[in-house]
Amino acid sequence: MAQYAILIYEAESGYAEGGQQASQQAMEAHGRFAGQVGERGGKILGGDALEPTSTATSIRGDIVTDGPFAETKEALGGFYLIEARDLDHAIEIAKLCPAQFGGVEVRPIMDTSGG
Amino acid sequence: MHAMLGGNGGPRRNRQATAAVRGAPGAPRAPGTPGAPPAQGRETARNAIAAAVAEAHRREWALVLAATARVTRDLDAAEECVQDAYVAALDAWARQGVPRNPGAWLTTAARHRALDTLRRDRTLRTKLPLLIVPDQGSGGDAEAADGSDAIADDRLRLIFTCCHPALAREAQVALTLRLVCGLSTAEIAKAFVVSEPTMAARVTRAKKKISTARIAYRVPEAAELPDRLDAVLTVIHLLYTTGHTDPHGCGLVRPELVERAIELGRLLRQLMPDEPEVCGLLALLLITDARRATRTDVNGALQLLENQDRSLWDAAAIAEGGALVVEALRGGRPGRFALQAAIAAVHAEASSYAATDWPQLLVLYDRLLRAWPSPVVALNRAVVTSMVEGPAAALEEIARLEQDGRLDSYRYLPATKADLLRRLGRRAEARQSYQDALDLTENSAERRFLAGRISEMS
Repeated sequence: MAQYAILIYEAESGYAEGGQQASQQAMEAHGRFAGQVGERGGKILGGDALEPTSTATSIRGDIVTDGPFAETKEALGGFYLIEARDLDHAIEIAKLCPAQFGGVEVRPIMDTSGG
Repeated sequence: MHAMLGGNGGPRRNRQATAAVRGAPGAPRAPGTPGAPPAQGRETARNAIAAAVAEAHRREWALVLAATARVTRDLDAAEECVQDAYVAALDAWARQGVPRNPGAWLTTAARHRALDTLRRDRTLRTKLPLLIVPDQGSGGDAEAADGSDAIADDRLRLIFTCCHPALAREAQVALTLRLVCGLSTAEIAKAFVVSEPTMAARVTRAKKKISTARIAYRVPEAAELPDRLDAVLTVIHLLYTTGHTDPHGCGLVRPELVERAIELGRLLRQLMPDEPEVCGLLALLLITDARRATRTDVNGALQLLENQDRSLWDAAAIAEGGALVVEALRGGRPGRFALQAAIAAVHAEASSYAATDWPQLLVLYDRLLRAWPSPVVALNRAVVTSMVEGPAAALEEIARLEQDGRLDSYRYLPATKADLLRRLGRRAEARQSYQDALDLTENSAERRFLAGRISEMS
């Protein structure tokens, strides 16, 4: 088994405009997702939702600035750390990951244990 | 940070030796100078061996590499072992004669070398991300080289890994040429008109993604097969079309790419005999290629289907393709390659342009459009409409495609429109459309054709 991050990129405006109902739906969908991962033979090792980019602070060297690194329409809004057999398995799981206002990116976790 | 070590250090060492193998003549060279008969005999024998090795390079590369990769679980290391095996064959075959089954000999040699390297580099390997090889099954030992089932499977593993959807299309194409066909990076770079370092970087990046993202070295399961197979077929078709009308070049066709595509089509057909779309793709390539000789005249000027000398078409290829079309259409719900092949077959089997069964083509295009709703298909359908219902009806379809906008930079849209206008005698408008097409065209045979039409319309 290998570890992958599922990075969830969504338009924050979706939640801003969708209000309570959109957030409620997302919470329920993520709850279902947690169950589906196990059914497919994968495992969620961790993960969380992030507060919107309006709360972000960027630091480069000594310079501290307000806001995210890059202003994009779809921002990183949350992530999962999962365990899967291979990329196909990780993709199968990631396809189930809720992202109603955007999509998800799958990235292998770098193995830094050896050497 | 060993992920960063993943990948290179590989095949570079042996590039020259392999170039010697690959560059070996397809047929023995002209005999040496007269007056040196003993040397001449040896020279001829050496050339015959070199030719046998070159032939094996072309025919057996995919088989040998695919089996070796399963041992090394590292594509670079596998390539290196396979190249070594081909170099070793030059000597060994000269001493022992060419083996009855060159592919099995080379596979055994490459896998022995791989096992040696594994023993030597065990410590280094633990730090590298390895190729994921699920259900390794029986064929784990080097002697299983002629268990044909295991090998067929290995070549499919290789093909599906090269064409994995997590790789960019251009990387899929490059990897397929490199790993399945055994072409050098320089040859691939030349075929796609990019610099060698650019192509080398593309190949290295793709290989590194296969290992670090853990793209499994396996044949997809039944549920994912249709999509995954479509990607493989698309790559082979893209190779063919790139060779068929060289987008930048002067001649109309790049035969080596066309031939590689057809070889891949045949290989896939051999490995997956029950897949109708595999059958359809091979049929499409064979029938289209049967017309290669007549697509340009002796001066390299473009000849339209209408004006091609049908007696020069390759009748054997058309017959082979036609039989494959029948097979591809069997079982209902034909896919896009089977339908395109059926369309090509209708053209190929007509005794003249006028005798073409246009109503039948219209039926086939309607089915193709349902299976593959692409504006390019709609454009081709408009040409058929013009033969059934006349150019005016076809112009209405063209107008819809212009509105749609997806073909804005597609040179065959204004070229088709120009031809319809020409047939309606609307010369000034036709001229403008030919000019629009010319502005979008880089291939010089096509440019000369369009320029000719413009001057006819003046």
